[in-house]
Amino acid sequence: MEVNTENTVRQFLYGGEPIAKQFPALHQSVYGKPLVYFDNAATTQKPFSVIHAISDYYNTINSNIHRGVHYLSQKATDAYEVSRKAVASFINARNSSEVIFTKGTTDGINLIADVYGAYALKEGDSVIISAMEHHSNIVPWQLMCDKHGAQLKVIPMNEDGELLMDEFANLLDERVKIVAVGYVSNTLGTINPVKEIIEMAHANGTPVLIDAAQAVQHLSIDVQDLDCDFLAFSGHKMYGPTGIGILYGKEEWLEKLPPYQGGGDMIKTVTFTGTEYNELPFKYEAGTPHIDGAISLKAAVDFINETGIGEIAAFENGLLHYVTSLVNEIPGIEIIGRAKAKTSALSLSVKGVHPYDVGVLLDKMGIAVRTGHHCTQPVMDFYCIPGTVRLSLAVYNTADEIDYFISSLKRAINMLV
Amino acid sequence: MTINEKQDELIEEFEYLTDWVDKYEQIIQIGKELPLINEEFKQDKFLIKGCQSKVWLYPEFKDGRIYFTADSDAIISKGLVSLIVRVLSGFPPEDIRDADLYFIDRIGLKEHLSPTRSNGLVSMVKQIKLYAIAYSSAMAGKNFE
Repeated sequence: MEVNTENTVRQFLYGGEPIAKQFPALHQSVYGKPLVYFDNAATTQKPFSVIHAISDYYNTINSNIHRGVHYLSQKATDAYEVSRKAVASFINARNSSEVIFTKGTTDGINLIADVYGAYALKEGDSVIISAMEHHSNIVPWQLMCDKHGAQLKVIPMNEDGELLMDEFANLLDERVKIVAVGYVSNTLGTINPVKEIIEMAHANGTPVLIDAAQAVQHLSIDVQDLDCDFLAFSGHKMYGPTGIGILYGKEEWLEKLPPYQGGGDMIKTVTFTGTEYNELPFKYEAGTPHIDGAISLKAAVDFINETGIGEIAAFENGLLHYVTSLVNEIPGIEIIGRAKAKTSALSLSVKGVHPYDVGVLLDKMGIAVRTGHHCTQPVMDFYCIPGTVRLSLAVYNTADEIDYFISSLKRAINMLV
Repeated sequence: MTINEKQDELIEEFEYLTDWVDKYEQIIQIGKELPLINEEFKQDKFLIKGCQSKVWLYPEFKDGRIYFTADSDAIISKGLVSLIVRVLSGFPPEDIRDADLYFIDRIGLKEHLSPTRSNGLVSMVKQIKLYAIAYSSAMAGKNFE
């Protein structure tokens, strides 16, 4: 990946400020303090280009897609399909028919769990996930395992929050029918060795789903290079609108797996005796989709492409190192998740202090962080803590904001200890 | 003191605190005066549901009045529950049941009363009111016997 070093250095020195100008919601006061937004792993703010794309759609071409012969419907259909192509190119899919619009990561994982479960899972089979999965990459598989009498197996991790790859190797056997792992942990920030996981699973004849919800906005993703069978992510965590997501699936899989939801758009012909399903990707897009979301997702992809994913990664890593080094100097704070490969998220545990208390006080100082279990209760159980305070970064954050965070954090701890 | 006099006293204590962080500092201070629940009652059945942290609330019914003790593993939740305990503890169930808790709005915590907020103030009020309703109905039932 080529990175423009000069840009990164300039951006780091002067902060993400020029970029922040493109994000209107960042420029406001909360409780009389300037907003500092560090809850980006939950959702990012949106640039003007995305916001305008949504209003432009309703101002000019709002219409139902695919079935209309009239002008507006064709315009809307074109914009929807152009966006699909932009996403396909963003993740380097072979073909845009491998890109399915969904409601989000959760929806994509549920789709695959459902149809792949029906296709492949039998009693005595197993599904492998990891110890650091988000609930949305645990529960759909639990439901499928229960339904088909299969067993859920978990790749364990070490204290630093890194997966134990030897244990993974031991778990792989002929009864493992699918492996589903997160690319980046939303709680720990760990970047998992997904390429290695995919290689090992494939050597075992097992397909792999990658939950890329916390990866697409921070890392360059190439589905052909990864060779993953399925990959799911959300629009709203990558500067795009809420309620739209992407499921990538290799064509060979999507062709042979059964349909998910039935309805309009996913059919070719329907009679009361039977239905012929539509071709990809429409087979998996039943009903009127989130048209404005899909169209404005392209604006988010364009934003990332124009900023440069390499520059984004380098800049965010700089900020992460900076905040990590400052937090390390505060006594009584433990960083939860010390993996060697990390991105964008920093989870903290303050000795003797409930994360909720820290979150409330930071909020009153204008800082948005997340507290709690971050939808990863097994991770909290692993570390025997009720939750963490999590700061998560985006491209518009600045080193100044981190300085303010550190002084606010110290003030909050003084009030609580 | 009546419930309303206790509310007015709290309003006065918060009156000059305009910065939110100062308000929370005060809430933390008030939490330190909370009559603590006996350790043996820190059981799941005395947990208030709907809080991000653990908040236990124990009612004791004595001489026609309900006395509350509580605790939390989070300091701010402890402060929040102690505001309500300070206002409502030691009164007859009917008074607690019928109390209009206007102090919450007046000290600026009304935003916390929305049921979708995660801090559980609304769950704390609900739980106390439910205990009051339960004891007042039980007492009314007794009078019929």
